Amino acid sequence: MAERPATGPLLLRQVRYQNKLFLRNPFSAFFALAFPLMFLLLFGSLNGNERLDVRGGIRFAQFLTPGLLAFAVISTCYTGMAVGVAMSRDLGILKRIRGTPLPTGLYVAGRILSSMWFSLVSAVLMVAVGVGLFDVRIIWRMLPAAVVTLLLGAACFCALGLAVAALIPNGEAAPVVANFTFLPIAFISDLFFPTDNAPAWVAAVAGVFPVKHFALALEDTFNPFVPGSGFGWGHLAVVAAWGAAATVVAVRRFRWEPRAGGARPRRRATTT
Amino acid sequence: MAAIRVEGLRKTYGEVEAVAGIDFEVAEGECFALLGPNGAGKTTTVEILEGYRRRSAGRVEVLGFDPERGERAFRERIGIVLQSAGIDRELSVEEVVTLFGGYYPHPRDAAEVIDLVGLGDKRTARTKTLSGGQQRRLDLALGIVGDPDLLFLDEPTTGFDPSARRRSWELVDSLRDLGKTILLTTHYMDEAQNLADRVAIIAAGRIVAEGSPESLGGRDVAEAEISFRLPAGAGLADLPAELGDGLRRDEDRVLLRSVAPTRDLHTLTGWAVARGVELEALAVTRPSLEDVYLRLTGAARG
Repeated sequence: MAERPATGPLLLRQVRYQNKLFLRNPFSAFFALAFPLMFLLLFGSLNGNERLDVRGGIRFAQFLTPGLLAFAVISTCYTGMAVGVAMSRDLGILKRIRGTPLPTGLYVAGRILSSMWFSLVSAVLMVAVGVGLFDVRIIWRMLPAAVVTLLLGAACFCALGLAVAALIPNGEAAPVVANFTFLPIAFISDLFFPTDNAPAWVAAVAGVFPVKHFALALEDTFNPFVPGSGFGWGHLAVVAAWGAAATVVAVRRFRWEPRAGGARPRRRATTT
Repeated sequence: MAAIRVEGLRKTYGEVEAVAGIDFEVAEGECFALLGPNGAGKTTTVEILEGYRRRSAGRVEVLGFDPERGERAFRERIGIVLQSAGIDRELSVEEVVTLFGGYYPHPRDAAEVIDLVGLGDKRTARTKTLSGGQQRRLDLALGIVGDPDLLFLDEPTTGFDPSARRRSWELVDSLRDLGKTILLTTHYMDEAQNLADRVAIIAAGRIVAEGSPESLGGRDVAEAEISFRLPAGAGLADLPAELGDGLRRDEDRVLLRSVAPTRDLHTLTGWAVARGVELEALAVTRPSLEDVYLRLTGAARG
């Protein structure tokens, strides 16, 4: 028997393939990269110099840049993954892949790593614009924490996107479900403005979900008044817990084929 | 050794029995066709053999593997052309074929495969710009790019124009010449007849007939029918008595049911030559595969 393709190069090819698809689809590229950047330009120009007393008096732009970066990561990983996977399943692309020797884990890993890659690309773009136009300062001692937080958050929101894709019936439902679960929470989760003065119940609701914890952890790494290396372990633990739960759901409920009118019993995907 | 072995295969969806106990074997290097109407259980059977569905009962062995386990070594040796499966719209033909080739241990050359299926001039076209028939040919390219030992073709030429069908048939023939085993489903009689070494007719989840396209349903031993136009001035009574009493008149034609068409033809043509007349519209026919098919699938449904 001839040599089987090695795992490393195979995974790299999958990532490149997903990257290519991402860049060739104007909608995904727009929502993940251009949309948050547009927000940053808009809000940064409007009141980037305002001081935020609730954050030790940092400038609004210094808060907004990581906040919108968190928004970009969630759009790319959560919304993008849920919609992308559900659509590929509806089109029968997943079924075709399932019939090839490509290990199914590598296919999913390719999608996850591609989303994480564009989260990093988004971070470089947003921070560059923040630094260049709105005098945002990179706090170098907290840069490792920023990168780790970004990647951990990206991975967890990918898992949540996969779980949603596994649970929804079809691709048409994907954008609806993804946006209705994310956008209302987004507004109470410190992505666009601090919610420190919000009523207690709002804070309590937002505190349950991973969005606010991710946003706060990322924002802290850009706040010069936060001491030390900037790792927000408490926040990261909540994000990781959501990611772990989502992984369990995604693995157990993932489907490679569209649901056929409900006539067929639910099948558990066999993973190799 | 058999490439595919199926014994007592059943598949039920709730109350519905899609496959109601079928048995067949496909030898290595053979092209085997499952022929039947829509909803007969063809696709369910094939998707069980491909590893997409779990069977409810029975034994299945494909290339020595149990397809249900979905092992990588199994998938490396089969090629699948599904009845409908999507392709990423924004990739080019060449990109998709190259990508899929990379999943296999010894893929065929992508450019060569693209030429083989007749998409050479569409190499750099995005798949979304292909016509339905061209996408189907791309399906075929993706099925063979891994150089499989066994190829599953689920209604491979549905929606093809006649010339594209001919080309696909030639391609399937060339694969068989390379010693590949092919399992084909189709509802086209001529496709089964042209491609398959053996055909099983499946209706309502059961195999109702199996054999070579020539012998199916006893076609090779069934009575033949000799027909011709009576020469001017001759009547039924003028025909040789040896032809027996299987003679019938149908307007200006004479029909003769014959269990020994060679002998009867000899008698008939000898008589005509002796009289110096030409038998117009002389023909010998046997029940067509289509007649057999309609009879068998109709009976199973009723």
